Amino acid sequence: MADSVRRQVVLPWGQVIKISFNSIKVRLFRSLVTTMTLALAIAFVSYTWSGYEILNAMWPNIDASLQDRIIAGGYEQFEGTFGTSAKDRWLVILSLLVCVVGIVNAQLMAVTERFREIGTFKCLGALDSFVVRIFVVEAVYQGLFGGFAGSLLGLVVSTLTLALKFGWPVFIHWPLAGMLLTLVGATLLAVFLSLTGVIYPALVAARMEPAVALRTEQ
Amino acid sequence: MDQGYVHNVVRLFEVTKVFKLGSNLVEALKGIDFAIKTGEYLSIMGPSGSGKSTLFNMIGALDKPTTGKVFIDEVDVAQLDAYELAWLRCRKIGYIFQTFNLIQVMTAIENVTLPMIFAGMHREEYMDKGMELLKLVGLAERYNHKPSELSGGQQQRVAVARALANDPAIILADEPTGNLDLSTGEEIINLLKQLSVQRNVTIISATHDIKMLNVSDRVVWIRDGRIDRVEERDKLKISVGEVA
Repeated sequence: MADSVRRQVVLPWGQVIKISFNSIKVRLFRSLVTTMTLALAIAFVSYTWSGYEILNAMWPNIDASLQDRIIAGGYEQFEGTFGTSAKDRWLVILSLLVCVVGIVNAQLMAVTERFREIGTFKCLGALDSFVVRIFVVEAVYQGLFGGFAGSLLGLVVSTLTLALKFGWPVFIHWPLAGMLLTLVGATLLAVFLSLTGVIYPALVAARMEPAVALRTEQ
Repeated sequence: MDQGYVHNVVRLFEVTKVFKLGSNLVEALKGIDFAIKTGEYLSIMGPSGSGKSTLFNMIGALDKPTTGKVFIDEVDVAQLDAYELAWLRCRKIGYIFQTFNLIQVMTAIENVTLPMIFAGMHREEYMDKGMELLKLVGLAERYNHKPSELSGGQQQRVAVARALANDPAIILADEPTGNLDLSTGEEIINLLKQLSVQRNVTIISATHDIKMLNVSDRVVWIRDGRIDRVEERDKLKISVGEVA
Protein backbone atom coordinates (compact mmCIF):
# COMPACT_ATOMS: atom_id res chain seq x y z
CA MET A 1 0.00 0.00 0.00
CA ALA A 2 2.76 2.39 0.95
CA ASP A 3 4.10 2.74 -2.58
CA SER A 4 0.81 3.55 -4.21
CA VAL A 5 0.10 6.02 -1.42
CA ARG A 6 3.38 7.78 -2.01
CA ARG A 7 2.58 8.33 -5.66
CA GLN A 8 -0.79 9.80 -4.89
CA VAL A 9 -0.02 12.73 -2.62
CA VAL A 10 2.05 15.19 -4.61
CA LEU A 11 2.69 18.87 -5.06
CA PRO A 12 4.85 19.47 -8.13
CA TRP A 13 7.44 22.27 -7.94
CA GLY A 14 5.68 24.08 -10.77
CA GLN A 15 2.60 24.34 -8.55
CA VAL A 16 4.68 25.40 -5.54
CA ILE A 17 6.18 28.24 -7.56
CA LYS A 18 2.76 29.28 -8.84
CA ILE A 19 1.03 29.09 -5.45
CA SER A 20 3.75 31.04 -3.64
CA PHE A 21 3.96 33.67 -6.37
CA ASN A 22 0.20 34.17 -6.25
CA SER A 23 0.22 34.25 -2.50
CA ILE A 24 2.74 37.09 -2.53
CA LYS A 25 0.97 38.93 -5.33
CA VAL A 26 -2.41 38.84 -3.64
CA ARG A 27 -1.01 39.88 -0.28
CA LEU A 28 1.20 42.46 -1.95
CA PHE A 29 0.93 45.08 0.76
CA ARG A 30 1.55 42.60 3.57
CA SER A 31 4.46 40.98 1.79
CA LEU A 32 5.87 44.41 0.94
CA VAL A 33 6.06 45.15 4.66
CA THR A 34 8.06 41.95 5.20
CA THR A 35 10.13 42.70 2.12
CA MET A 36 10.74 46.29 3.24
CA THR A 37 12.19 45.06 6.55
CA LEU A 38 14.51 42.89 4.53
CA ALA A 39 15.35 45.67 2.10
CA LEU A 40 16.19 48.19 4.82
CA ALA A 41 18.36 45.75 6.74
CA ILE A 42 20.21 44.74 3.59
CA ALA A 43 20.52 48.40 2.57
CA PHE A 44 22.56 48.98 5.71
CA VAL A 45 24.89 46.08 4.87
CA SER A 46 25.21 47.16 1.27
CA TYR A 47 25.82 50.78 2.30
CA THR A 48 28.73 49.69 4.49
CA TRP A 49 30.22 47.32 1.92
CA SER A 50 29.93 49.59 -1.09
CA GLY A 51 31.35 52.54 0.85
CA TYR A 52 34.58 50.62 1.43
CA GLU A 53 34.49 49.43 -2.16
CA ILE A 54 34.43 53.00 -3.47
CA LEU A 55 37.12 54.23 -1.09
CA ASN A 56 39.42 51.34 -2.00
CA ALA A 57 38.86 51.94 -5.71
CA MET A 58 39.61 55.67 -5.66
CA TRP A 59 42.43 55.65 -3.08
CA PRO A 60 45.38 54.84 -5.42
CA ASN A 61 44.13 57.27 -8.07
CA ILE A 62 43.65 60.47 -6.06
CA ASP A 63 46.08 63.13 -4.91
CA ALA A 64 47.46 63.36 -1.40
CA SER A 65 45.25 66.25 -0.28
CA LEU A 66 42.07 64.27 -0.96
CA GLN A 67 43.60 61.23 0.73
CA ASP A 68 44.21 63.41 3.79
CA ARG A 69 40.59 64.57 3.73
CA ILE A 70 39.36 60.95 3.65
CA ILE A 71 41.50 60.02 6.65
CA ALA A 72 40.41 63.22 8.39
CA GLY A 73 36.80 62.24 7.66
CA GLY A 74 37.17 59.35 10.07
CA TYR A 75 37.72 56.49 7.60
CA GLU A 76 40.37 54.09 8.80
CA GLN A 77 42.83 52.19 6.71
CA PHE A 78 44.40 48.97 7.87
CA GLU A 79 47.17 47.31 5.86
CA GLY A 80 46.37 49.62 2.94
CA THR A 81 42.65 48.87 2.55
CA PHE A 82 39.44 50.23 4.01
CA GLY A 83 37.01 47.97 5.74
CA THR A 84 39.49 45.64 7.34
CA SER A 85 40.05 47.25 10.71
CA ALA A 86 38.44 45.83 13.81
CA LYS A 87 36.04 48.77 13.90
CA ASP A 88 34.93 48.16 10.32
CA ARG A 89 34.37 44.50 10.90
CA TRP A 90 32.34 45.34 13.98
CA LEU A 91 30.21 47.65 11.85
CA VAL A 92 29.49 44.90 9.31
CA ILE A 93 28.68 42.37 12.03
CA LEU A 94 26.38 44.89 13.66
CA SER A 95 24.57 45.58 10.41
CA LEU A 96 24.16 41.84 9.80
CA LEU A 97 22.79 41.43 13.29
CA VAL A 98 20.17 44.11 12.70
CA CYS A 99 19.37 42.39 9.44
CA VAL A 100 18.87 38.92 10.98
CA VAL A 101 16.68 40.12 13.84
CA GLY A 102 14.50 42.17 11.50
CA ILE A 103 14.05 39.36 9.03
CA VAL A 104 13.38 36.60 11.54
CA ASN A 105 10.79 38.80 13.22
CA ALA A 106 9.07 39.65 9.96
CA GLN A 107 8.97 36.03 8.78
CA LEU A 108 7.78 34.77 12.16
CA MET A 109 4.84 37.18 12.00
CA ALA A 110 4.07 36.31 8.41
CA VAL A 111 3.90 32.58 9.15
CA THR A 112 2.00 32.92 12.42
CA GLU A 113 -0.80 34.90 10.86
CA ARG A 114 -1.27 32.16 8.30
CA PHE A 115 -1.79 29.22 10.68
CA ARG A 116 -5.41 28.87 9.54
CA GLU A 117 -4.38 28.64 5.92
CA ILE A 118 -1.77 26.02 6.82
CA GLY A 119 -4.40 24.00 8.71
CA THR A 120 -6.67 24.16 5.70
CA PHE A 121 -3.89 22.98 3.41
CA LYS A 122 -3.30 20.01 5.68
CA CYS A 123 -7.00 19.15 5.79
CA LEU A 124 -6.93 18.95 2.02
CA GLY A 125 -4.13 16.41 2.16
CA ALA A 126 -0.96 18.49 2.13
CA LEU A 127 2.13 16.88 3.60
CA ASP A 128 4.25 18.87 6.04
CA SER A 129 6.83 19.24 3.30
CA PHE A 130 4.32 20.98 0.96
CA VAL A 131 3.77 23.69 3.53
CA VAL A 132 7.50 24.13 4.13
CA ARG A 133 8.17 24.23 0.39
CA ILE A 134 5.60 26.96 -0.21
CA PHE A 135 7.05 29.15 2.55
CA VAL A 136 10.62 28.52 1.43
CA VAL A 137 9.86 29.56 -2.13
CA GLU A 138 8.01 32.65 -0.88
CA ALA A 139 11.04 33.51 1.26
CA VAL A 140 13.30 33.17 -1.77
CA TYR A 141 11.10 35.56 -3.78
CA GLN A 142 11.10 38.05 -0.94
CA GLY A 143 14.83 37.61 -0.41
CA LEU A 144 15.57 38.23 -4.07
CA PHE A 145 13.31 41.23 -4.38
CA GLY A 146 14.00 42.80 -1.01
CA GLY A 147 17.69 42.02 -1.24
CA PHE A 148 18.02 43.56 -4.69
CA ALA A 149 16.04 46.67 -3.79
CA GLY A 150 17.87 47.06 -0.49
CA SER A 151 21.36 46.58 -1.84
CA LEU A 152 20.62 48.98 -4.70
CA LEU A 153 19.40 51.55 -2.17
CA GLY A 154 22.48 51.10 0.02
CA LEU A 155 24.75 51.38 -2.96
CA VAL A 156 23.15 54.58 -4.27
CA VAL A 157 23.11 56.21 -0.84
CA SER A 158 26.75 55.35 -0.11
CA THR A 159 27.81 56.67 -3.53
CA LEU A 160 25.90 59.89 -3.03
CA THR A 161 27.11 60.54 0.52
CA LEU A 162 30.73 59.90 -0.47
CA ALA A 163 30.28 62.10 -3.54
CA LEU A 164 28.96 64.89 -1.31
CA LYS A 165 32.02 64.64 0.91
CA PHE A 166 34.76 64.04 -1.64
CA GLY A 167 33.33 65.26 -4.95
CA TRP A 168 33.78 64.01 -8.52
CA PRO A 169 36.57 61.46 -7.95
CA VAL A 170 33.94 59.16 -6.44
CA PHE A 171 32.17 58.95 -9.81
CA ILE A 172 35.33 58.95 -11.89
CA HIS A 173 36.81 55.95 -10.08
CA TRP A 174 33.47 54.28 -9.37
CA PRO A 175 34.24 50.52 -9.28
CA LEU A 176 31.59 48.98 -11.54
CA ALA A 177 32.71 45.36 -11.14
CA GLY A 178 33.12 45.66 -7.39
CA MET A 179 29.74 47.29 -7.03
CA LEU A 180 28.04 44.58 -9.09
CA LEU A 181 29.71 42.01 -6.87
CA THR A 182 28.43 43.84 -3.78
CA LEU A 183 24.95 43.92 -5.28
CA VAL A 184 24.95 40.20 -6.00
CA GLY A 185 26.56 39.37 -2.66
CA ALA A 186 24.10 41.43 -0.63
CA THR A 187 21.13 40.00 -2.56
CA LEU A 188 22.29 36.44 -1.96
CA LEU A 189 22.82 37.30 1.69
CA ALA A 190 19.23 38.54 1.82
CA VAL A 191 17.96 35.27 0.33
CA PHE A 192 20.00 33.29 2.82
CA LEU A 193 18.78 35.36 5.77
CA SER A 194 15.20 35.29 4.55
CA LEU A 195 15.41 31.49 4.41
CA THR A 196 16.98 31.34 7.85
CA GLY A 197 14.15 33.46 9.18
CA VAL A 198 11.36 31.44 7.61
CA ILE A 199 12.58 27.89 8.14
CA TYR A 200 11.90 27.59 11.86
CA PRO A 201 8.37 29.06 11.94
CA ALA A 202 7.49 27.14 8.76
CA LEU A 203 8.65 23.85 10.28
CA VAL A 204 6.69 24.51 13.46
CA ALA A 205 3.59 25.44 11.49
CA ALA A 206 3.87 22.47 9.15
CA ARG A 207 4.13 19.99 12.01
CA MET A 208 0.98 21.18 13.78
CA GLU A 209 -2.04 18.93 13.86
CA PRO A 210 -4.57 20.44 11.43
CA ALA A 211 -7.13 20.86 14.20
CA VAL A 212 -4.68 22.86 16.29
CA ALA A 213 -3.73 25.07 13.36
CA LEU A 214 -7.40 25.68 12.54
CA ARG A 215 -8.25 26.60 16.12
CA THR A 216 -5.92 29.63 16.11
CA GLU A 217 -7.72 32.95 16.17
CA GLN A 218 -7.36 35.35 13.30
CA MET B 1 -18.66 -7.95 -0.60
CA ASP B 2 -21.42 -9.88 1.14
CA GLN B 3 -24.92 -8.68 0.67
CA GLY B 4 -26.43 -7.40 3.85
CA TYR B 5 -23.03 -6.80 5.43
CA VAL B 6 -22.94 -3.23 6.61
CA HIS B 7 -19.52 -1.69 6.45
CA ASN B 8 -18.53 0.60 9.27
CA VAL B 9 -16.85 3.53 7.61
CA VAL B 10 -15.91 5.10 10.93
CA ARG B 11 -15.58 3.39 14.30
CA LEU B 12 -14.60 4.99 17.58
CA PHE B 13 -13.35 2.90 20.46
CA GLU B 14 -13.29 4.46 23.94
CA VAL B 15 -12.04 7.77 22.61
CA THR B 16 -11.10 10.42 25.15
CA LYS B 17 -9.53 13.80 24.66
CA VAL B 18 -8.00 15.96 27.34
CA PHE B 19 -6.94 19.55 26.71
CA LYS B 20 -4.54 21.49 28.87
CA LEU B 21 -5.83 24.97 29.58
CA GLY B 22 -3.14 26.67 31.62
CA SER B 23 -2.75 24.39 34.62
CA ASN B 24 -6.27 22.96 34.24
CA LEU B 25 -7.01 19.71 32.48
CA VAL B 26 -10.28 19.83 30.56
CA GLU B 27 -11.85 16.54 29.52
CA ALA B 28 -13.57 17.33 26.23
CA LEU B 29 -14.40 13.70 25.44
CA LYS B 30 -14.93 11.16 28.20
CA GLY B 31 -15.04 7.88 26.34
CA ILE B 32 -16.94 7.66 23.07
CA ASP B 33 -17.84 4.29 21.53
CA PHE B 34 -19.58 4.57 18.24
CA ALA B 35 -19.81 3.23 14.71
CA ILE B 36 -20.99 4.96 11.54
CA LYS B 37 -22.25 2.97 8.57
CA THR B 38 -21.44 3.64 4.94
CA GLY B 39 -23.87 5.98 3.21
CA GLU B 40 -25.39 7.21 6.44
CA TYR B 41 -26.41 10.82 7.04
CA LEU B 42 -25.46 11.34 10.64
CA SER B 43 -25.85 14.45 12.74
CA ILE B 44 -23.96 15.06 15.93
CA MET B 45 -26.09 17.37 18.05
CA GLY B 46 -25.29 19.06 21.29
CA PRO B 47 -24.89 22.42 22.97
CA SER B 48 -21.71 24.36 22.42
CA GLY B 49 -18.92 23.13 24.67
CA SER B 50 -20.32 19.60 24.67
CA GLY B 51 -17.35 18.19 22.77
CA LYS B 52 -18.98 18.17 19.33
CA SER B 53 -16.17 19.83 17.47
CA THR B 54 -13.56 17.78 19.31
CA LEU B 55 -15.37 14.62 18.28
CA PHE B 56 -15.53 15.96 14.74
CA ASN B 57 -11.76 16.45 14.73
CA MET B 58 -11.23 12.89 15.97
CA ILE B 59 -13.45 11.38 13.29
CA GLY B 60 -11.71 13.44 10.62
CA ALA B 61 -8.21 12.44 11.75
CA LEU B 62 -7.45 16.11 12.28
CA ASP B 63 -6.34 15.59 15.87
CA LYS B 64 -5.12 12.69 17.94
CA PRO B 65 -7.21 11.22 20.78
CA THR B 66 -5.59 11.20 24.21
CA THR B 67 -6.63 7.57 24.66
CA GLY B 68 -8.74 5.19 22.60
CA LYS B 69 -8.78 4.41 18.93
CA VAL B 70 -10.32 5.81 15.78
CA PHE B 71 -10.83 3.48 12.84
CA ILE B 72 -11.57 4.82 9.38
CA ASP B 73 -12.46 2.05 6.95
CA GLU B 74 -11.38 -0.34 9.72
CA VAL B 75 -7.85 1.10 9.71
CA ASP B 76 -6.51 2.46 12.99
CA VAL B 77 -5.67 6.08 12.27
CA ALA B 78 -2.91 6.11 14.91
CA GLN B 79 -1.02 3.48 12.90
CA LEU B 80 -0.83 5.62 9.76
CA ASP B 81 2.35 7.49 8.87
CA ALA B 82 2.34 11.08 7.61
CA TYR B 83 1.95 10.05 3.96
CA GLU B 84 -0.95 7.75 4.61
CA LEU B 85 -2.63 10.30 6.84
CA ALA B 86 -2.29 12.96 4.16
CA TRP B 87 -3.67 10.50 1.61
CA LEU B 88 -6.62 9.79 3.87
CA ARG B 89 -7.40 13.49 4.28
CA CYS B 90 -6.93 14.07 0.59
CA ARG B 91 -8.88 11.15 -0.86
CA LYS B 92 -11.16 9.63 1.75
CA ILE B 93 -12.54 12.60 3.61
CA GLY B 94 -13.96 15.92 2.50
CA TYR B 95 -14.15 18.64 5.15
CA ILE B 96 -16.63 21.47 5.45
CA PHE B 97 -16.22 24.03 8.22
CA GLN B 98 -18.38 26.58 9.94
CA THR B 99 -15.94 29.31 8.95
CA PHE B 100 -15.64 27.93 5.38
CA ASN B 101 -11.81 27.93 5.58
CA LEU B 102 -11.31 28.68 1.94
CA ILE B 103 -7.82 29.79 1.03
CA GLN B 104 -8.39 33.55 0.89
CA VAL B 105 -5.75 34.25 -1.73
CA MET B 106 -7.11 31.72 -4.20
CA THR B 107 -10.09 31.95 -6.53
CA ALA B 108 -13.08 29.60 -6.29
CA ILE B 109 -11.73 27.29 -8.97
CA GLU B 110 -8.25 27.25 -7.42
CA ASN B 111 -9.75 26.34 -4.06
CA VAL B 112 -11.75 23.51 -5.57
CA THR B 113 -8.87 22.11 -7.59
CA LEU B 114 -6.25 22.19 -4.84
CA PRO B 115 -7.11 18.73 -3.42
CA MET B 116 -6.99 17.33 -6.94
CA ILE B 117 -3.52 18.82 -7.48
CA PHE B 118 -2.45 17.06 -4.28
CA ALA B 119 -3.98 13.87 -5.65
CA GLY B 120 -1.69 14.08 -8.67
CA MET B 121 -4.27 14.87 -11.37
CA HIS B 122 -3.28 16.60 -14.58
CA ARG B 123 -4.26 20.17 -15.28
CA GLU B 124 -6.91 19.41 -17.90
CA GLU B 125 -8.45 16.74 -15.73
CA TYR B 126 -8.68 18.87 -12.60
CA MET B 127 -9.86 22.00 -14.39
CA ASP B 128 -12.69 20.04 -16.02
CA LYS B 129 -13.71 18.38 -12.80
CA GLY B 130 -13.40 21.63 -10.85
CA MET B 131 -15.76 23.42 -13.24
CA GLU B 132 -18.13 20.48 -13.11
CA LEU B 133 -18.22 20.64 -9.32
CA LEU B 134 -18.75 24.39 -9.33
CA LYS B 135 -21.62 23.83 -11.74
CA LEU B 136 -23.05 21.25 -9.35
CA VAL B 137 -23.15 23.79 -6.53
CA GLY B 138 -24.39 26.48 -8.91
CA LEU B 139 -21.34 28.74 -8.96
CA ALA B 140 -19.86 28.04 -12.39
CA GLU B 141 -19.98 31.70 -13.48
CA ARG B 142 -18.15 32.81 -10.35
CA TYR B 143 -15.21 30.46 -10.75
CA ASN B 144 -12.75 33.33 -10.97
CA HIS B 145 -13.91 35.14 -7.82
CA LYS B 146 -11.95 35.24 -4.59
CA PRO B 147 -13.72 34.19 -1.36
CA SER B 148 -13.85 37.85 -0.27
CA GLU B 149 -15.96 38.59 -3.36
CA LEU B 150 -18.51 35.88 -2.53
CA SER B 151 -21.36 35.84 -0.02
CA GLY B 152 -21.29 33.45 2.96
CA GLY B 153 -23.59 30.97 1.29
CA GLN B 154 -21.57 31.07 -1.90
CA GLN B 155 -18.34 30.52 0.02
CA GLN B 156 -19.86 27.54 1.76
CA ARG B 157 -20.95 26.14 -1.60
CA VAL B 158 -17.39 26.48 -2.89
CA ALA B 159 -16.30 24.62 0.26
CA VAL B 160 -18.82 21.85 -0.52
CA ALA B 161 -17.46 21.61 -4.07
CA ARG B 162 -13.93 21.44 -2.67
CA ALA B 163 -14.93 18.72 -0.22
CA LEU B 164 -16.19 16.66 -3.17
CA ALA B 165 -13.05 17.11 -5.26
CA ASN B 166 -11.54 13.66 -4.86
CA ASP B 167 -14.86 11.78 -4.53
CA PRO B 168 -14.44 11.13 -0.82
CA ALA B 169 -16.29 8.34 0.96
CA ILE B 170 -16.97 10.62 3.91
CA ILE B 171 -17.95 14.24 4.12
CA LEU B 172 -17.39 15.80 7.51
CA ALA B 173 -19.21 19.02 8.16
CA ASP B 174 -18.56 21.03 11.32
CA GLU B 175 -21.53 23.34 11.83
CA PRO B 176 -21.85 23.93 8.08
CA THR B 177 -24.84 26.24 8.58
CA GLY B 178 -23.52 28.02 11.65
CA ASN B 179 -22.51 31.19 9.84
CA LEU B 180 -25.37 31.25 7.33
CA ASP B 181 -28.87 32.68 7.36
CA LEU B 182 -31.89 30.36 7.48
CA SER B 183 -32.61 29.91 3.80
CA THR B 184 -28.96 29.65 2.76
CA GLY B 185 -28.42 27.12 5.53
CA GLU B 186 -31.33 25.10 4.21
CA GLU B 187 -29.84 25.18 0.71
CA ILE B 188 -26.57 23.75 2.01
CA ILE B 189 -28.40 21.06 3.97
CA ASN B 190 -30.40 20.05 0.92
CA LEU B 191 -27.24 19.97 -1.16
CA LEU B 192 -25.59 17.65 1.36
CA LYS B 193 -28.65 15.40 1.53
CA GLN B 194 -28.77 15.20 -2.24
CA LEU B 195 -25.11 14.17 -2.33
CA SER B 196 -25.62 11.53 0.29
CA VAL B 197 -28.51 10.00 -1.64
CA GLN B 198 -27.07 10.29 -5.14
CA ARG B 199 -23.45 9.41 -4.45
CA ASN B 200 -23.82 7.19 -1.40
CA VAL B 201 -21.45 9.48 0.48
CA THR B 202 -21.41 9.18 4.25
CA ILE B 203 -22.21 12.57 5.72
CA ILE B 204 -21.26 13.32 9.28
CA SER B 205 -22.22 16.71 10.51
CA ALA B 206 -21.70 18.37 13.86
CA THR B 207 -24.44 20.92 14.38
CA HIS B 208 -26.94 22.51 16.65
CA ASP B 209 -29.20 23.42 13.79
CA ILE B 210 -32.62 21.77 14.22
CA LYS B 211 -33.15 21.90 10.44
CA MET B 212 -30.53 19.18 10.13
CA LEU B 213 -32.76 16.70 11.97
CA ASN B 214 -35.23 16.31 9.11
CA VAL B 215 -32.63 14.99 6.72
CA SER B 216 -30.57 12.88 9.13
CA ASP B 217 -30.73 9.10 9.21
CA ARG B 218 -29.45 9.09 12.73
CA VAL B 219 -28.82 11.74 15.34
CA VAL B 220 -26.24 11.42 18.08
CA TRP B 221 -26.75 13.70 21.04
CA ILE B 222 -23.57 14.65 22.83
CA ARG B 223 -23.63 16.04 26.31
CA ASP B 224 -20.67 16.80 28.50
CA GLY B 225 -18.21 14.72 26.49
CA ARG B 226 -20.38 11.59 26.40
CA ILE B 227 -22.99 10.19 24.06
CA ASP B 228 -26.30 11.10 25.65
CA ARG B 229 -28.55 9.19 23.26
CA VAL B 230 -28.73 8.00 19.67
CA GLU B 231 -31.94 8.33 17.73
CA GLU B 232 -32.95 6.63 14.50
CA ARG B 233 -34.78 8.69 11.96
CA ASP B 234 -38.21 7.06 12.27
CA LYS B 235 -38.31 7.63 16.01
CA LEU B 236 -36.96 11.09 15.64
CA LYS B 237 -40.15 12.93 14.81
CA ILE B 238 -41.86 11.72 17.96
CA SER B 239 -39.10 12.89 20.24
CA VAL B 240 -38.86 16.22 18.43
CA GLY B 241 -42.58 16.50 18.95
CA GLU B 242 -42.09 15.84 22.61
CA VAL B 243 -39.49 18.53 22.89
CA ALA B 244 -41.72 21.04 21.17
